[in-house]
Amino acid sequence: MNQSSKTVQNWLLIGGVLVLAVVPLVFVKEGKFSGSDNKAKDAITEVQPNYKPWFSSPIVPASGEIESLLFASQAALGAGFVGYAIGLYKGRSEHK
Amino acid sequence: MTKYLSKKFATLLAMVCLSAYLVIGSPTPAYAMHIMEGYLPPVWAGFWWLVFIPFFLVGLRSLTKITTANPELKLLLAMSGAFTFVLSALKIPSVTGSCSHPTGTGLGAVLFGPSVMSVLGTMVLLFQAVLLAHGGLTTLGANACSMAIAGPFAAYWTYRGVLKMTSNPSVAIFLAASLGDLITYVVTSIQLALAFPSPTGGFVASFVKFGSIFAFTQVPLAISEGLLTVLVWNWLKTYNSEELKTLNSLKIQEL
Repeated sequence: MNQSSKTVQNWLLIGGVLVLAVVPLVFVKEGKFSGSDNKAKDAITEVQPNYKPWFSSPIVPASGEIESLLFASQAALGAGFVGYAIGLYKGRSEHK
Repeated sequence: MTKYLSKKFATLLAMVCLSAYLVIGSPTPAYAMHIMEGYLPPVWAGFWWLVFIPFFLVGLRSLTKITTANPELKLLLAMSGAFTFVLSALKIPSVTGSCSHPTGTGLGAVLFGPSVMSVLGTMVLLFQAVLLAHGGLTTLGANACSMAIAGPFAAYWTYRGVLKMTSNPSVAIFLAASLGDLITYVVTSIQLALAFPSPTGGFVASFVKFGSIFAFTQVPLAISEGLLTVLVWNWLKTYNSEELKTLNSLKIQEL
C-alpha cells in the first residue's frame, strides 16, 4: 500500500469513529446517555434489593465538573504521550 | 531515554498529586465504570483478587524480560499504556442510549503479549479507582480480570488466529481489539451474574440482564476501538517498522 492510500485509510478510520459516536446522539432521542455502570447498579438493586455496598471510595471527585476535569486530564496525558511517541518515530524514520 | 522517562514520571507524579489534592475529602458519591467500589460481596471480591494476582506476577516477569532484553522498546511499551489511558477515559455515547468507554488493551496485547497488559491495564484501573472513584479497590481484582486479563488474552488469540487464516494484519488487529473490548464487558457481566444470581432465573437470567446493559452498549464502542487501534498500528507500521520487527522476533510468552 502506498503512502497516499494509507493516509486515506487513516482518515476513513477517524471518520468511522466519529460517525459511530455521533449517530447515537442524533438518532437515539430518548437516550439519557448516563453511564452503563449506573444502570448495572440499578440492576443489582433489582436482583437483590437488600444489597448494601460494603465499602466506598475514600476519594471521590467533588463534583461532575471535577470528575470531567480528571477524565480530561487522563485523556490529555495519554493522548499527549501517544502523539509524542508517534512524532518521535516519524522524525526518526525521516532522518534515516 | 531513561532520563526522559524518569522526567515524564516526575511530571505524572506531580499531576497525580495535584489531582489528589483537588479531590480529597469531597463527600458527593460518584459512580464508577466496570464494577463499582463495594458492589461485589467480599467473597467474590476476594476470589477475583486471587485469580488476578498470578496473572499480574507473570505479567511483571514478562515486562522485565522484555525491557531488559530490548530497552529501546520501553517507549513503545509506554505508548501502549498511554493508549489504554486515553481510550479508557473516553466515555462514548452508544446506540442503547447510555455511555461506556473502550479499554484500549488490544494494541499492547498484540504488540507485547497479553500478560504485559495485565500490568499496564491494572495501572490504569488503579489510577481510576483511587483518583476518580471509578471502579474500586475492593473490585480491582475483578475489574483487572476482565479488562487487564480476559480482554488482552482474547485480543491476542484473536490476532494470532485471524492472522493465520487471512494473513492480513489490519483485519487481525481490528478484530482483536474489538473482540478484546467486547469480552471485557462480557466477563464483567459474568462476574456480576455470579455474585448476584437472580432469585427466579438464577445465573442465566442475571447474566442476560447485566449482559444487555454492558455488552450491547459496548458493541459500537468495540468497533470504534478496533478502528482506532488499526489507526495507531498504521502509524507504527509507517514510522517504526523496525521495532515491530524486533517484537515479531521476540518470543512472546503466551501466558
